[in-house]
Amino acid sequence: MGIVALPRGPRTVARPDAGAIVAGVIHNFYVGRLFKAFITIYLVATISFFVVHLMPGSPVEVYIYTLMNQYGVSYATAQNQAAALFSVNVNEPLVQQYVGYLGQLAQGHLGNSLLSPGTSVGSVMLAYMPWTLFSVGVALLISFILGILLGMLMAYRRESVLDHALSFVGSVFNSVPNYIVGILLIVILGIQLNLIDIASMRGSFSPGVKPGVDLHFFLDALMHASLPILTYVLTTVGAWMLTMKSNTSATLDEDYVTVARARGLGDWRIMTSYVGRNAMIPLVAQVAIAAGFAVGGSILIETLFVYQGIGWILNSAIAQRDYTVMQGIFLVITISVVAANLLADLLYGRIDPRVRIQGESGG
Amino acid sequence: MATTALAPESAHPVLTALRGAIGAVRSALQALSYNRAGMIATWVFIVIVVISFVSPLVIAEPPPDYANIYAAPSAVHPLGTDFQGSDVLAQVLRGGEVVLIVAAVAAFVSVLISITFGALSAYAGGWVDTVITGLADVVLTIPGFPLLAVLAAYLRLSNPIFLALLIAALGWPTLLRAVRSQVLSLKERDYVEAARALDLGTVHVLFREILPNMRAYIAMYFVLSMTGAIYQQVGLYLLGFAPLAGDNWGIMLNLAWYRGAIFFKGSFWYIMAPIIAISVVQLTMVTMTRSLEEAFNPRLRKAG
Repeated sequence: MGIVALPRGPRTVARPDAGAIVAGVIHNFYVGRLFKAFITIYLVATISFFVVHLMPGSPVEVYIYTLMNQYGVSYATAQNQAAALFSVNVNEPLVQQYVGYLGQLAQGHLGNSLLSPGTSVGSVMLAYMPWTLFSVGVALLISFILGILLGMLMAYRRESVLDHALSFVGSVFNSVPNYIVGILLIVILGIQLNLIDIASMRGSFSPGVKPGVDLHFFLDALMHASLPILTYVLTTVGAWMLTMKSNTSATLDEDYVTVARARGLGDWRIMTSYVGRNAMIPLVAQVAIAAGFAVGGSILIETLFVYQGIGWILNSAIAQRDYTVMQGIFLVITISVVAANLLADLLYGRIDPRVRIQGESGG
Repeated sequence: MATTALAPESAHPVLTALRGAIGAVRSALQALSYNRAGMIATWVFIVIVVISFVSPLVIAEPPPDYANIYAAPSAVHPLGTDFQGSDVLAQVLRGGEVVLIVAAVAAFVSVLISITFGALSAYAGGWVDTVITGLADVVLTIPGFPLLAVLAAYLRLSNPIFLALLIAALGWPTLLRAVRSQVLSLKERDYVEAARALDLGTVHVLFREILPNMRAYIAMYFVLSMTGAIYQQVGLYLLGFAPLAGDNWGIMLNLAWYRGAIFFKGSFWYIMAPIIAISVVQLTMVTMTRSLEEAFNPRLRKAG
């Protein structure tokens, strides 16, 4: 990394000394956000623990009685098995169980599946999560870029036919629930018109294809993810477009844009670094919310398309009452949403220094 | 100041709240009338609501007719029949009531929570404010739909009102933040200051001085919450996590999907009926919120 040390002209900034960094960390916007994220995850973990353990007919109890009735084992034996599965000691006081649970969680142990003994929730997660991240990530990227471009186009061509047409299409797709768009895609393209073979697109990749880092596998995975991606894009692009349009319109009226015009700056320069940049800032924070919503909504979309991601496995865990898998996946979904939000906050702080400064003086 | 002599505090808080709600509806309708799309959407919405509430009284539950399953649209069955030969049109007309009630109850409760705790948060300040806003932040980040789906495994969701309360319990944070910041800014205004100086009581100040200024926003949020509630409840039915009994667009969608549309070309109208019903309701409501937003955010209003 010797190149970094070379002077890079006037943009090079002197590094602050260590003392300033430590002082900065304590009253920091970022530290505050991290703390909030941590609290959220902690609360969700706690709530899901008590839901499982305090509900009338809690899954632990139900499991114990099922074992006793089905296999005729004694209460103690059944209790031991239940304890092993839920990774809690049922005889301990609740507080002690709770502490034990948090300890396990901190080490990344989410327990084992109830219905497939020997399968850890962590391994379920590893097998299914990448598909969701892949499909949701690609969709979000396409939707965001498309929305930004179309939104700016609409703002620059305000009141044109194009603006009205895009507004209409955007708000229609924005208001219709995403699962309905998914159903429509399957019913119309797959069944009525027979344009695509729905059955062969199920799953996350085709049976004969070996997962690996090659183009063939990537294209196959993309083919299987294409319908979920199309659904996510269709249902989210409208919101990006309309927000970007109104932000751009508002920015175009700002004095600094007029000044930039008066200074004779080129249209392209004004569009990218004056209008576009400022109009985009509020959207960055929404990317996280959109990501969270998409991951949350994946339970519906992936179930419809039989796309084997985290949403699909959550749906089947709930349907089969596999409480440990259910709880673990819900926790992981929450963590990923919280992480996405955190990332947005951090990015937002970088793009718009006002937020950061406000946070520092306020905290 | 003859009105103050009448001691407005004597009005029951519930009465005051009710008056506020009526005011909110009135100013929302007023705001909507400025905008053509909003106007059309409102009328379509009202027509759907009337049809949904009258149909169950007028149309009997369509009987199963096993000789006529998955029938194509005809004069007797304008939208065809379902997997057990029941008339699809009758189902779709009868199926709106529960969906709309659940949505309205969920939206109402979540607005109530937001106003109460948002105002409390802004008024009390200090640690109360910190706890409430912190909790709102946490609830806002929790993925709502997966949580509902998980809870559906533990709880019996057979009672629609219970489902509505559950949806409301997760839906309040956005409006709460808005109410809080509005109250924070409005409570420094002169007229609020004056009302407080007259010792008119917090309930009066909140419901008569501050909230009337937020009517349009609250109405907009109410409609927005309803769309969210419809998304969530129909989603739960689609996945089969709420009991599939009765006439309801969500149940129709589930049955049409799992017992028809994926296999038979002929069941096109069976699945399209609930899809169109749900989509039109969502579309009208979203159009209403957009128009309301435009009405009270002049920056968005069109130049022409």
